[in-house]
Amino acid sequence: MKDMHPRKLAAGVVVAVLGVTIGVALAQTSTVDEIAKYREALQDGNPAELWEARGEEMWTKPRGPKQVSFARCDLGMGPGVVKGAYAHLPRYFADARRVMDLETRLVWCMVNEQGMSEADATKTTFGGPGRRSDIEALAAYVSGQSRGVKIDVALDEPHVRDMYQLGEKMFFFRGGTHDFACATCHGDDGKRIRLQDLPNLTTVEGARKAYSTWPAYRVSQGELRTFQWRLNDCFRQQRFPDLVFGSDASIALTAYLAGRANGASFDAPAIKR
Amino acid sequence: MADPMKIRANVVGDSTEVKVLMNHEMETGQRKDAQGKIIPGWFIQNVKVTHNDKVVLDAQWGPAVAKNPFLSFKFKGGAKGEKVRITWTDNRNDTRTDEATIA
Repeated sequence: MKDMHPRKLAAGVVVAVLGVTIGVALAQTSTVDEIAKYREALQDGNPAELWEARGEEMWTKPRGPKQVSFARCDLGMGPGVVKGAYAHLPRYFADARRVMDLETRLVWCMVNEQGMSEADATKTTFGGPGRRSDIEALAAYVSGQSRGVKIDVALDEPHVRDMYQLGEKMFFFRGGTHDFACATCHGDDGKRIRLQDLPNLTTVEGARKAYSTWPAYRVSQGELRTFQWRLNDCFRQQRFPDLVFGSDASIALTAYLAGRANGASFDAPAIKR
Repeated sequence: MADPMKIRANVVGDSTEVKVLMNHEMETGQRKDAQGKIIPGWFIQNVKVTHNDKVVLDAQWGPAVAKNPFLSFKFKGGAKGEKVRITWTDNRNDTRTDEATIA
């Protein structure tokens, strides 16, 4: 060190700094590639199947105070019909006089047909350690029965169209402590949160890719998550007030995003990091 | 009782390929809950697979295996219609056995 020329030393430092910059750039692209590889490797054994199996069993079993199964629950395709139902939700239900998404409709069936109280039916909307969510299992089963079906939300139906338009307004509405809108993160190409690429939901391809892959098994949480959960967590990340489960606000946003995804082949429950 | 496994077994060439999804919390025993108390370890310790009463896989597992484990493996032989039997046992001595028909 003693006889090292100061200029040489400086040159060495410059090279080292350059090396770091190149290294970071390389690491970013290869990280995205590696995440893609990781997702591919996961496709094969998607634990969402375990939720689907549990949901299927629950669908046929008598439940609640009235001991009635979901055989009479109408998801819009007729009582008890599950095949393809998710691809047409949210939709307007005349018996409830409301536009409903799947999760809201499941709760409605639990309350109105199985005789459960609203509080009991929505006790565990999102599962966690030691508390499993019936709604997540049922949503996994029902949505799985729409795999490969084209998403077709009836935007020409006046109630659904109203919800779609309200959802669109909400999507671009800025608020909260951070003056955030959904569009702040999901309105441009190439945005990220940490290492996660964010879909641009204002484009048809972005909306299709995102909406057709929920519900999904989240590896990092070890849980199957529904679209209601996805919206709820987006609200939390935006520092918005809590999004009430099954509220008109949640259904409006779902109607907007599902409507944007119309025509896509449904491909869930998927698996995400 | 533990929830059922999901098993798929298919003949591939002269082997049988088995894919299993198991329902298990797989708690490591290293994590703490919201109160700061350690969550006790709870994980599958042994996985045994038999085909025609012959053991084709006998594995010892530990807390490093993730929640809801997925296991994929091949063994020589096996024909369509034959059975594959899988049993896991965890550190609480809880156990679950499921069977699948090779397709």
